[in-house]
Amino acid sequence: MTIHVEGLGKQYRIGAPHHGRQNVREALAGLFARSGSRAETIWAVRDLSFDVERGESVGIVGRNGAGKSTLLKILSRITRPTTGRALLRGRLTSLLEIGTGFHPDLTGRENIFLNGAVLGMSRAQIKSRFDAIVAFAEIEKFLETPVKHYSSGMYMRLAFAVAAHLEPEILILDEVLAVGDAAFQQKSQTFMENIIRQGCTLILVSHNLQAIVNLCSRALFLDGGVLCADGPARDVVAQYVARVAPTTEGVGERRWPDPHDAPGSDNVRLHAVRVLSEGRATEHVDVQAPVQIEVEYWNFLPGARIYTSIHLNEKSGVGVLSSANLPSLNLGTDAWHGKPQPAGLYRSTCTLPAELLNERRYSISVFIVADMARHEVVAHDVMAFGAYDATPREYHGTLMGVVRPRLAWSTELVPPCHSERSEESPAAWDPSPRSG
Amino acid sequence: MDATLTVVEPHAAAGSGLRELWGSRELLYFLVWRDIKVRYKQTLVGVAWAVLQPLLAMLILTAFFGGPARLPSEGIPYPLFAYAGLLAWTFFANALFSSSNSIAGAGPLITKVYFPRLLIPIAAVGARLLDFAIAFLLLAGLMVHYRAAFTWRLLVLPLLVIITMLLALACGLCLSALNVKYRDVNFALPHVLQFLMFATPVFYSTSMLPERLRWAAGTNPLAIVIAGFRAALFGRPFDVPALSMAALFTLLLLVFATMFFRTMEEQFADLA
Repeated sequence: MTIHVEGLGKQYRIGAPHHGRQNVREALAGLFARSGSRAETIWAVRDLSFDVERGESVGIVGRNGAGKSTLLKILSRITRPTTGRALLRGRLTSLLEIGTGFHPDLTGRENIFLNGAVLGMSRAQIKSRFDAIVAFAEIEKFLETPVKHYSSGMYMRLAFAVAAHLEPEILILDEVLAVGDAAFQQKSQTFMENIIRQGCTLILVSHNLQAIVNLCSRALFLDGGVLCADGPARDVVAQYVARVAPTTEGVGERRWPDPHDAPGSDNVRLHAVRVLSEGRATEHVDVQAPVQIEVEYWNFLPGARIYTSIHLNEKSGVGVLSSANLPSLNLGTDAWHGKPQPAGLYRSTCTLPAELLNERRYSISVFIVADMARHEVVAHDVMAFGAYDATPREYHGTLMGVVRPRLAWSTELVPPCHSERSEESPAAWDPSPRSG
Repeated sequence: MDATLTVVEPHAAAGSGLRELWGSRELLYFLVWRDIKVRYKQTLVGVAWAVLQPLLAMLILTAFFGGPARLPSEGIPYPLFAYAGLLAWTFFANALFSSSNSIAGAGPLITKVYFPRLLIPIAAVGARLLDFAIAFLLLAGLMVHYRAAFTWRLLVLPLLVIITMLLALACGLCLSALNVKYRDVNFALPHVLQFLMFATPVFYSTSMLPERLRWAAGTNPLAIVIAGFRAALFGRPFDVPALSMAALFTLLLLVFATMFFRTMEEQFADLA
């Protein structure tokens, strides 16, 4: 195998004066105050063991602080493990950032050499790839300009161009591709696919679950520094979303246990707003499945006729849709619509069809109206959720637009006689490939 | 098949450091080149500062001690005498200062990418060698101007430069590693260097020291090396036993410093 990791662990001391920089006085004080300042330790990663075969591409997912970056730093030899060991067979390159070693005062040309050398290229290698790097970065005109005068886009392109010409056998990547504009991301995706196709072994940490599913055949799921799951990327990503993601930002639910604090009036108050995907409250919904938005409210006014309405906004504030449980907006029927409602707790559920949302974050606003007249509850942006798509697909990045419904498409060959250019000779429209 | 094998373990395997260092000598070249390029960017006179530093010091000292308050200068014109000492001193002091700050100032080179950490302080010292070479040109000019004799002893000069460089590197390795953890080094070093400049016969002659303080110059390797510089330049006899001791001391210190640095470097990425 290419990478063999056994029992890898890294311990850090936290909170104690021994951590981080200290001055001499603190160090001396520390010597004499051993009992008073017990260093608290944490394991950033603990007892990790796994093997990676040649040519395999492995994604690592986990929450912030799960130990992903620590693992990469150990594998990149930037920091040493406290326990265990790792063996890596092959030319190793790690990109924890792009443009490492770039000096703002040096020119593009100078930085190509410096950065290349820092990343492990020899002078001869840099020289032979120099023209290709410059062409890839599209900075020919600015080769002799200090990079501090570059636009951030040019800077990124140059940094990435150097990295793209490393020809590693093992590549360790940490979120470097999560930066830059769409064109840059496209470029880096293509680069990664090429590198994988050439048989490079890849270890990729990313919060972009889509990138992991698209690029990696296998994924590791770290939680609290421990390996929780190891398997096909799609399964592991699904596990990650199901098990960890909901607990990171609430559980896909906003609840007001005490009606006095809840949005609303003396007549109607909100109790909870919930987002469900596949029957589970979550902040990460799969765009391939229907999404339920539940609104729970207290009715304190017996006999009120109440209807519930939601607004869905994309996180930038663009309105996506609004809906209510009114017959003219309802695909089904609502048992309570138009009927006087006894006091009590009610739940209205709105179902968004599968394959409607795009990969975006959305925010929910809730409005509850009584007797077709009074706005009893006006609650803007009470909770947010994100949509993701874990299915492999043919294109990179996310599509524009706040929704991405699956639409019907078809293409057909238009016979020449119906074409506008029908006066041209049919030979020019011969679709069969020509020889020569 | 490429048999490159990387082993990641809690501690470095003994002796792995030097092999790795040799393997990355091209990177050393680039780091030295970067240090030199960057140091004189956005300056008006650029690399002339390498000459101006010892020259200005020499002019000030000559104004004070070359004239009425005459210092004994072993029969050598005082400006020449002082410049020779200052040349070696400036090289040592700058090399030590640069290397001491090199790791703490390396930033993402430490936290984002791996290569033998020893290269950083070595490159910092190496970059000062160019300054020395440029400042040396002025010394050659001064020697011609004062009609100093060029003797075979000049051939020993490269050896003395190497000793000075290794001595600065040995001290720089220790201080650069300490500086990552204790930023006090940053504050203390200029004062230590200032004291050292007066304690070492840089712009005065050892013969000027009172008898009871001579031992201090005799045990100060830098004083011995600077005396050696003057002997080589002005064709005076070498104090061979003292120079040998200074060289030996430098080598032992360098071995210790390298080991110390290698122990400390395991924490660099966590502290920087």
